[in-house]
Amino acid sequence: MATVEQPDPLLKEDNAGDGNDGVRRRDFLDIAAVSFGVVGVGAVAFPLVNQMAPPADVMALASIEVDLTNIAEGQAIKASWRKQPVFIRNLTQAEIDEANAVDVSGLRDKESLAERTKEGKANWLVTMGVCTHLGCVPTGVVTGENKGDYNGYFCPCHGSHYDTAGRIRKGPAPTNLVVPEFEFLDDSTIRIG
Amino acid sequence: MSFAWAKPYEPKTQLGHWIDQRLPLPRMIYGAVGGGYPVPRNLNYAWNFGVLAGVFLMIQIVTGIVLAMWYNSGIETAFASTEHIMRDVNAGWFLRYAHANGASFFFIVVYIHIFRGLFYGSYKAPRELVWMLGLVVYLLMMATAFMGYVLPWGQMSYWGAQVITGFFSAFPVVGEPLRVWLLGGYAPDQAALTRFFSLHYLMPFVIAGVVILKTWALHIPGSSNPTGVDVKTEKDTLPFHPFYTAKDGWFVLAFLMVYVAVTFFLPNALGHPDNYIEANPLATPAHIVPEWYFWPFYAILRAFTVDFILPAKLWGVLAMFASILLLFFLPWLDRSPVRSGHYRPLFKVFFMIFIADIILLGICGVMPAEQPWVFLSQIGTLYYFAHFLIILPLISKLEKPLPLPDSISKSVLHGEEAESAPYGLAKA
Ligand code: FES
Repeated sequence: MATVEQPDPLLKEDNAGDGNDGVRRRDFLDIAAVSFGVVGVGAVAFPLVNQMAPPADVMALASIEVDLTNIAEGQAIKASWRKQPVFIRNLTQAEIDEANAVDVSGLRDKESLAERTKEGKANWLVTMGVCTHLGCVPTGVVTGENKGDYNGYFCPCHGSHYDTAGRIRKGPAPTNLVVPEFEFLDDSTIRIG
Repeated sequence: MSFAWAKPYEPKTQLGHWIDQRLPLPRMIYGAVGGGYPVPRNLNYAWNFGVLAGVFLMIQIVTGIVLAMWYNSGIETAFASTEHIMRDVNAGWFLRYAHANGASFFFIVVYIHIFRGLFYGSYKAPRELVWMLGLVVYLLMMATAFMGYVLPWGQMSYWGAQVITGFFSAFPVVGEPLRVWLLGGYAPDQAALTRFFSLHYLMPFVIAGVVILKTWALHIPGSSNPTGVDVKTEKDTLPFHPFYTAKDGWFVLAFLMVYVAVTFFLPNALGHPDNYIEANPLATPAHIVPEWYFWPFYAILRAFTVDFILPAKLWGVLAMFASILLLFFLPWLDRSPVRSGHYRPLFKVFFMIFIADIILLGICGVMPAEQPWVFLSQIGTLYYFAHFLIILPLISKLEKPLPLPDSISKSVLHGEEAESAPYGLAKA
């Protein structure tokens, strides 16, 4: 069978652009298809990655109110906020003095007690009950538990010692116990979060 | 596949031919673990652990699938469903103990396999990728084992999850958001438990996939051997089947006897009693320890106690990750052309010290973070890195290796020609 040389109509169209700007119709189609594909993959990947983030119900637990009337001086309680323990301690005058007697510039995480509490309410120390090392719950809230070398909290996991202001004094934890965002609604109620 | 004298696959039946032309799977198996795969004839028992690791992967997958039929991954029900398996499900206690101890024995097998590779230089050219794929399997195993340990939702499960995801928070800026993203919350909770279950079920199949790649890469140059000398002639090899199928077979049975004995008589010896207490997010156990196979790494993590440019916590985490990632570079850190430790007098000594160092780190990892253990884990960590970064490169320069045998067959057969003839070819 003889083959007839016939110009391919598509090729002809492709080449038609050559004289003008060097962009072939095929190039445009390639770029458009790839871009469309990339956007599509991204649009599918985002929800797949984002579904791992905390869901709405977890975020909805973002604030709690705590009544302080039953916490006597020198006592502490554990509250639960965002499924994590929060330590609320009513410091004694001796503990406040102990915390203030420390030279702040010599600390690993330089913060004074005043910076960690609300004005005029220096006795209310509210901190996360989560060791800043790897997240264990330090002991020292319940009377009789180990309070560590600095009379505050002690983390049994890798031996971090916190002082009466919840500041890291010894051990592997890099920072002080975190003070969550909180405010006094009235003299005996706080809202955390 | 690899050597010219490898026996080609010949289907024996009509059906065999029919299948071979359409799906040459039997041909592939024959060439991979059958009579068509020539293996050095001098392999010792240290070479049995690769196949054994495959057996344990199978045991874990099979026991895991049936456990998943009863396990419930809700935070309120996970602990109870585990106890339900132990008490009420028919043979549930056996299946769970088999799975839990199976994980430990899988690690025992893999550790012996890794140390075999370290001593005999199995990681050297041309098997670098075999070694690296093996490390990928090891990393996947660690992730799988960690997530599996979280599933019963006991105290060690919960606090292990808290501490291990806490590693990520050590990284500046991205660390904490990353941790929250991984957990799907601010602390381990329902979201974390369910995703760990999902991934724990998935990972073994990913491992199986990597194992296939690893076996493929291994079969290009073929197995290494205790002399480290390359295979030269047909005299140096035996077909995998029946020789190594028989040897592996009997060894698998012997090893399984140990595993079964522990599973039946000491089922909790390798676990931690605190994991029989249900998870309590508000109280940490007095002494958190990971499973035994993580102890050396846990010691490295805790060895850093002072800030130096970066916080101590970040150093610990970086060192722990680095201690494993370092192994990927081993083929280029140990430049000695001699593979086998048998012919490397200096290497042999330092290899023993290295083993002692790992054991020391393991002990430090299980001990509380107090002196002298902190100090010892610092020494141990320092030596671990020195072994790979300083000692190995140095001894490969300084050491004068012993003379290598001319060939594998010479080394094993002491010149007895008749015995060294390949299977089936000896002149009567
Ligand atoms: S988690 Fe508290 S010291 Fe490590």
